[in-house]
Amino acid sequence: MSALKLENVRKVYQSGDDEIVALDHASLEVGDAEILALVGPSGSGKTTLLSISGGLLSPSEGQVTVAGDDISSYDPKRLTEFRRESVGFVFQSVNLVPFLTARENLLVVADFDKRDKKKAAARADQLLAELGLDKRKANLPGQLSGGERQRVAVGRAFMNEPALVLIDEPTSALDTKLGEQVMELIVNEVRARETAAVIVTHDLRMTHYADRVLNIIDGTLQSS
Amino acid sequence: MRIALTELRRRPGRFAPAGIALVLLTLLLLVLGGLLDGLYNGSTGALRAQPGELLTYSSDAKLSVIRSRIDPATIAEVKQVPGVEQVGGLGAALLGAQVPGQSDDASVALFGYELAPTGVPSPPQHDGDVYADRSLKAYGVKPGQTLLLGPNHYPVQVLGWVDDVNFLLQGGLWGNADTWRAVLASARPDAVLAPGTFQVLTVATAAGADPVEVAAAIDVATGGATRTVTRAQAVNSLPGIEEQQSTFNSIIYTTFFVAALVVALFFALLTLERIGMYAVFKAMGASSRQIFLQVVSQAVVITLISFVVGALLALAASFAIPPQVPIQLTAGRGAEVVVGLIVMSAIGSALSLRRVVKVDPASAIG
Repeated sequence: MSALKLENVRKVYQSGDDEIVALDHASLEVGDAEILALVGPSGSGKTTLLSISGGLLSPSEGQVTVAGDDISSYDPKRLTEFRRESVGFVFQSVNLVPFLTARENLLVVADFDKRDKKKAAARADQLLAELGLDKRKANLPGQLSGGERQRVAVGRAFMNEPALVLIDEPTSALDTKLGEQVMELIVNEVRARETAAVIVTHDLRMTHYADRVLNIIDGTLQSS
Repeated sequence: MRIALTELRRRPGRFAPAGIALVLLTLLLLVLGGLLDGLYNGSTGALRAQPGELLTYSSDAKLSVIRSRIDPATIAEVKQVPGVEQVGGLGAALLGAQVPGQSDDASVALFGYELAPTGVPSPPQHDGDVYADRSLKAYGVKPGQTLLLGPNHYPVQVLGWVDDVNFLLQGGLWGNADTWRAVLASARPDAVLAPGTFQVLTVATAAGADPVEVAAAIDVATGGATRTVTRAQAVNSLPGIEEQQSTFNSIIYTTFFVAALVVALFFALLTLERIGMYAVFKAMGASSRQIFLQVVSQAVVITLISFVVGALLALAASFAIPPQVPIQLTAGRGAEVVVGLIVMSAIGSALSLRRVVKVDPASAIG
């Protein structure tokens, strides 16, 4: 069973009488523990593909299957549940909650869920320890370095034990050295948990961390 | 919920503008409510405390206690009406009272009564003895003192305190019917009343009798010489009571509306500022309902904290206000204000619901 399968997925936006095709008959499959890098210029449709894969957007056509579940026809409520239970996100600008500590930022995920709070707390502590943030867990994001914040964001993405992690431009705001550290961290975490990951990037220096690279141009997927 | 409360705890300054506004609105609501209660209770206590469900006035008095006169023959007719269980005479005189050791006179309403009002003992046996409303303490009155009433300084002695029996914002003094007659004769020799004549009758109806029907029967039995109304009607017919209530209530309801607007505006701006954060929450699986409940819970907690601060300020203000200003802060009024503010703040914050629902989780990416 693949972690993610897209079959002939189209996403079309209406702009007055015009149709804008953001994603054109995209098909791809990501294996259970595979890391896929999705590369393309701005406006190429990579963010749309990531959003559809994570249940943030519904496709206009085609089928999206995540960990065996066809989410293409899910209504907004089921998509919300799906995101809560099955996917993890690492956002481009990290997006930590500024008034919550590193540990509390991880527990946000459990706050929206009905899962056991004690288990969630134990998992947050374990993730923070693995990410080398054991001594920083009581710090607010403003008291953490850029790299530490990125690590917290990675930990948060793994809180719900997702089948698929979607990572949006993880190195866009970082210099090469820090960018490589972050990519190493992400790849190590993904591999350690045998989770599938899709990493959207326009930074070609980072693609060697992935098992496979796909280009996307004008909404069309092309093998690298 | 936990996230919302953590934000309140860690960033109190962020909520200060709404908090300060709500503290001031609470203060205003409690002071206005306290004044309304003080005015209402101070004007109506003597009638509200009457033991009978009905009050009978002479028909030409237009429901004025002071103008009304009911003679012994009419009283005898009232007593014969089916459904009437007990009839007691009541008379009032509005006067100035000289208090020992005080330079200013206290305004008092001296009542002569036959049936004891709620909270007042049976009429004193000795002429010249009276019970005094506790509010007269503010004018230096003490139990055991002799007060001199009216222009001819008729002496009455204070036996003890009674509560909430003032009339037309004048301190209530309650003596027997002969004391009242004597005081009236001393102060207004032109208005001496014949023995057995009272101004108003308090009428207790028999168990199971309909007071409204009994009231109509009394007025028929007296051949139209009387007008009998329920206690509530008698209270509302006091000069200015209804106007006072409607004016104050209009201001109070407007203030509640302003509270809702303050909360609505504040949380609308806060929600606008947080759209990015809410998009991330939604992307992570938060529902619109969960986010909306966070907004409402913050509004309710801010309102509760503001109420406590505002109530303490109102309490301090009530001590600073001169005793002549009839302000009464009651737990009932406090409960009404806190419930009203919570409801209005919940409604105000609910105006952010549309914006919360419209937050697109996809905007968290890209």
